[in-house]
Amino acid sequence: MELSELKSWREIPIGGVAWKLSIENKTGDWSPFKPKIDQTKCTKCLICWILCPDMAMEWDGERVREKHDYCKGCGICANECPVKCISMVRG
Amino acid sequence: MSTFRFNIREAAKKPLGLLSGHRLCAGCAEPIIVKQILLATRGPTIVATATGCLEVSTTIYPYTSWNVPWIHVAFENVAAVASGIEAASKILREKGRSKYDHIDVIAFAGDGGTYDIGIQALSGALERGHDFLYVLLDNEAYMNTGIQRSGGTPLGASTTTTPAGKVIPGKSENKKPIADIVVAHKVPYVATATPAHYLDLIRKARKALEVNGPTFIHALSPCPRGWRHSEALTIDICRKAVETCYFPLWEYDNGVYRLTDRSLMIAKNPEMKKPIEEFLKVQGRFSHLFTPQNQWVIKKLQEYVDAVWEDLKDRCENV
Amino acid sequence: MDKIVMGLNGNEAIAFAVKQCDVDVVSAYPITPQTIIVERFSEFVADGEVKCSFVPVESEHSALSVCVGAAALGARTFTATSSQGLALMWEILYIASGLRLPIVMAVVNRALSAPINIHCDHSDSMGCRDSCWIQMYCEDAQEAYDTIIQAFRIAEHEDVQLPVMVTIDGFTISHTLQRVEVLPDDVVRRFVGVRKPVEIEVPGMGKVPMVLDPEKPLTFGSLDLYDYYFEHKVQQHEAMEKSRSVIREIHDEYYGISGRRYGDGFIDGYGLDDAELAVIVLGSTAGTVRSIVKKLRGRGKKVGVLRLRTFRPFPYREIVDALKDVEVIGVMDRSGAYGGIGGPVFVETLAAFYNSKRKPKIVNYIYGLGGRDTPPALIEKMFEELPKLEGGEVKFLGVR
Repeated sequence: MELSELKSWREIPIGGVAWKLSIENKTGDWSPFKPKIDQTKCTKCLICWILCPDMAMEWDGERVREKHDYCKGCGICANECPVKCISMVRG
Repeated sequence: MSTFRFNIREAAKKPLGLLSGHRLCAGCAEPIIVKQILLATRGPTIVATATGCLEVSTTIYPYTSWNVPWIHVAFENVAAVASGIEAASKILREKGRSKYDHIDVIAFAGDGGTYDIGIQALSGALERGHDFLYVLLDNEAYMNTGIQRSGGTPLGASTTTTPAGKVIPGKSENKKPIADIVVAHKVPYVATATPAHYLDLIRKARKALEVNGPTFIHALSPCPRGWRHSEALTIDICRKAVETCYFPLWEYDNGVYRLTDRSLMIAKNPEMKKPIEEFLKVQGRFSHLFTPQNQWVIKKLQEYVDAVWEDLKDRCENV
Repeated sequence: MDKIVMGLNGNEAIAFAVKQCDVDVVSAYPITPQTIIVERFSEFVADGEVKCSFVPVESEHSALSVCVGAAALGARTFTATSSQGLALMWEILYIASGLRLPIVMAVVNRALSAPINIHCDHSDSMGCRDSCWIQMYCEDAQEAYDTIIQAFRIAEHEDVQLPVMVTIDGFTISHTLQRVEVLPDDVVRRFVGVRKPVEIEVPGMGKVPMVLDPEKPLTFGSLDLYDYYFEHKVQQHEAMEKSRSVIREIHDEYYGISGRRYGDGFIDGYGLDDAELAVIVLGSTAGTVRSIVKKLRGRGKKVGVLRLRTFRPFPYREIVDALKDVEVIGVMDRSGAYGGIGGPVFVETLAAFYNSKRKPKIVNYIYGLGGRDTPPALIEKMFEELPKLEGGEVKFLGVR
């Protein structure tokens, strides 16, 4: 994770109000394991989407896409996929 | 009757309330539950959170994973903070200084901030009848400070303050029946839920938000680090918790108890109920119980789970 | 302007002022001697005299937590407590000032347990002097009324954004019936206005009001690591410094609408023009000291009294300036200082004079703990004794 450029006390909002969305923090580097969806078998049930702790599955209207930038390699998606079309692959 | 129908494809197109990039552990159930609860929101929503894993890992300054207005104050007072937000929201609307017709207030807290240090604020807020939803993210120990026991830790679990030792095999007390305590306050809606049974959870969350008054959802939140299991099994363990009736799924809706989802099925088909070992054996925090000298703890826990299950079935009107 | 005079005790005066300031959320837990504030205020609410959400919480900790939640939404909030209640909400005091919320709290000074004591001393509010709350000590019910109204303006000022504590002496002021001149409702309304949440510059969002708003989601109360906590604290430090000019401004503006002032807003001196000996005191005891000063002046003694109205921020420049020709200063502290050089006001006064050219002899008198009466005779004895003491001595006034 790249540290935000540290600002001085005059430059930051008062009261400790946060100002950067965490999507800048690419947690994908936490694990070398990443899910690989076999799109031919995927039924687009979106169970992997709703069970992912890191919101690392995305539905673009047509396909489910793995967001390797954020996936921490927990493997819940692979374990829960009803048609077992996801495999955790070492990247 | 609620007209809410959850459509997963529709929901997947909308922006989420909790964003990626948070620092919760891989396989942690808390972000799954939070994401699912926030899928049930119906309009402007404000979230308050107690000190704990969720708060600390989603808001490391200057980053935040929250796409909803969010406040954290202290460990034991999230119910009081939620009360304040709700009271202010109502009065500002009355005085014509609010642009919203209604704001839903959701308070998230762990078992520390609910069972133990936070029970006073929770009880007070319930008694005063504020209109808010309190979601208990129950990982059955003080996980953020390093897996110490809490009032929500079950019998026999090994934690750092109730370690599995030569003389004492883990926690000697049963889990505090927090949902029963909340029901005793005679609030309009209380329910249990797990992220594995997400349709049930989302339906319950939406129902709770639609109710005018204090509502409570007790969500089971497995912790790979504290419960000592593989990260991939988080959802599976929730399933096992329900199948062994360790954590039955029920709701208390305006004085009427009802079993829901899998638990209702098990009540109608008792042969589907699994022995407690199915739930215990996949977790490292219970591994010390599988020795001859500690078998009595498993037996005691099974008796407790069975007694609670029978009592619950008696109370439910749909069994 | 017609004068409206009411007979109110200190607590009632505070409740009346809060009502006139159109507060939005009041949340409090009863504790002697604060109870009457909350009782009187709930009567106003029940009679519809004020549109306010009154939240009767189950503890003081929750009382301040409710105020924090409400203030974060943009409401004007108020709470009141004393002694043990203030001690219970200690962690939230720091959080309220850290989150920069303009909450106003009335503290009816009462001694801290153990032993349990319900009477007046300043140990409760002195105990939290480093919580970054502005602290103002009122001498009587009139001042309490005036100061509460000013407090909302000071707290909500965009340069300040810090919570304000307004204190009165327990029982002595809180429960005694006094003559209070109140302003008409519309005058107070015009003075305090409606709370307008401060706007902050959030990188990536631009200027947004610092409130919980679903349209512009902000995160309050995040976790600071060692890379930012220091900066946030320095911001608070600056706010406290900026409050000095704000307190003076608001005090002068209030003088304009009411005709009442308390010295320069920070210190209120009497008989100091040519005084050789002066006493510094906070709260209601100042009245007794002033009457002794008048008496001694009548005998030709060159004595004076300086009442501190504001303890945080500590008016060190004003004190040094006001007492620059005084040779002996007696500092009266109504709270103990176990293991310290002396009581809190004494220590701050010593520090104030450390860098000045003339260093007067400064002596500490700890008095009135647990509501111990400090009658005029004792005060007179103090004035007689002062010139004979060593600088830096700590004496206990009135203990057996």
